[in-house]
Amino acid sequence: MSTLAKPLLAHAHGRGVVHEASEPTLRLDNVSVTYNLGPGSLSNGRNLNGGQIQYALKDVSFAVDRGRRVAIVGPNGAGKSTLFKLIIGQLRPAQGQVHIFGHGPEEHICVGYVPQRSHIDWTFPVTVSDVVMMGRVGKIGFFRWSGRRDKEIVARSLELVQADHLAHKQIGELSGGQQQRVFIARALAQEAELLLLDEPLAGLDIPSQEAIFEILDTVQADDVTVLLATHDLSLAAEQFDHILLLNQKIIAYDRPTAVLTPDHLLQAYGGHFR
Amino acid sequence: MPFLDWLIDPLAYRFIMRGFMAAFMVGIVCSVLGTFIVLRGMAFFGDALAHTILPGVVAAYLLGWPLAIGALIMGVLTALGIGALSSQGYFKEDTAIGIIFAGLFALGVAMISSTRNYSVDLAHFLFGNLLGVSDTDLWVILILGLLVLFTIFIFYKEFVVISFDNTLATTLRLPTEFLRYLLLILIAITIVVSLQVVGIALMLAMLVTPAAAASLLTRRLPVMMGISAVIGAFSGVAGLYASYYLNIASGPSVVLVATAVFILTFLFAPQRGLLWRYT
Repeated sequence: MSTLAKPLLAHAHGRGVVHEASEPTLRLDNVSVTYNLGPGSLSNGRNLNGGQIQYALKDVSFAVDRGRRVAIVGPNGAGKSTLFKLIIGQLRPAQGQVHIFGHGPEEHICVGYVPQRSHIDWTFPVTVSDVVMMGRVGKIGFFRWSGRRDKEIVARSLELVQADHLAHKQIGELSGGQQQRVFIARALAQEAELLLLDEPLAGLDIPSQEAIFEILDTVQADDVTVLLATHDLSLAAEQFDHILLLNQKIIAYDRPTAVLTPDHLLQAYGGHFR
Repeated sequence: MPFLDWLIDPLAYRFIMRGFMAAFMVGIVCSVLGTFIVLRGMAFFGDALAHTILPGVVAAYLLGWPLAIGALIMGVLTALGIGALSSQGYFKEDTAIGIIFAGLFALGVAMISSTRNYSVDLAHFLFGNLLGVSDTDLWVILILGLLVLFTIFIFYKEFVVISFDNTLATTLRLPTEFLRYLLLILIAITIVVSLQVVGIALMLAMLVTPAAAASLLTRRLPVMMGISAVIGAFSGVAGLYASYYLNIASGPSVVLVATAVFILTFLFAPQRGLLWRYT
């Protein structure tokens, strides 16, 4: 499968900015995000109730090197989704900077995002191959139609996640694991070099989870950097190079054995509220 | 052939012929754009926008301008206004829509209540006046209608992406705000085009009913658009025949045909029809 992936993922900056080879895939410098409590709430340093600013993320700094696989772990409301929105470029930090290959997120089309399954309308009248082709829309550009190359890339992306036999199914007809694989295929068709997955393992059975990790092994072999948000600490420990333990601040970011200590877990999950 | 005579008889009148052409065109434009309205859950927005154009229409009427100009200005302004007000985060979108919707509709009714033929004029604006379509009106419908269809064709893949997964649109660096406003403006133009056929109060039916029926018959978006267009055009034409022979108002007649098609689809659609599920 690895040889299949190579040409697919080889040149990932068709319209995006040139990547700085010396820079890590992702780097956050002192990033803080405050809750949006309505317009003007940030200008005077207080929120609408006159209280202190509430932080979704506070002073977050870390870097992820090319080809790494990092699990983002933390309690509900820890800021995992906010972190993803920052990296995608959907949200701008109140302070600090986000760099992808040395440039701001909004200059890149190399960030692939696999949303939580509950965020997708599965009755939408599109087929599996329609969805994967959507990943090509940025490269195709305005006023143009998908060409033979785009169709080849869609077909190869589907093969890579072993979903080619599902190409003509409507997306609602798939199982949960198949749905996740199709959205990974969409990110591959986008020629993503940084792949973000938001809770892709939730509600999947063990074989489906294993199938996803097999795919991640393949893309990682091609230097795609993977960030995956999960609640499953044991999977995070087994399957990832690094774990980022988050609760508004970074509590620990290191190899799994160094992160999952009783002290760190108590800081993240125990006793005190936001 | 008595049935053929039955079909051809009404066409002998030029004003009825124009009505048929308008109903046909509007049926197609409304129901093609309507697929996006149904898929994006924008029915309330469409209904509100239809009502907010009333003051523009009345102003144009009082000034003796073509109604479409007043409606178009008002429609585009309110589409942009609702878009801006809801994206600022002061209110939820439906609250923002509600405020603008009710306020402008009241203004329109107040303006028209100062004229002599209050009830007749108001009824034409609210429920359409298909047999009052002039040659100029027909040209306006044709040109604006083709403009809407052409724009949907050009931006099809981008509209699908922002409707299905706006986060993907962000990572693809599509101009999501521009595309969203473009879609709102297309809805405004479509409402202007449909004003004389179904009127303000029944506009929503043409925007959602054919598309909703089509969604029960297919799982492919392009096919859904095609089926929706056929249902819309059929409703327009068949509705006008029903209006002619049953002597009922044309706007409601068109809408009732569309609703009848929806009910039949809802009952008998393969796989997803109500009867199919119980057999």
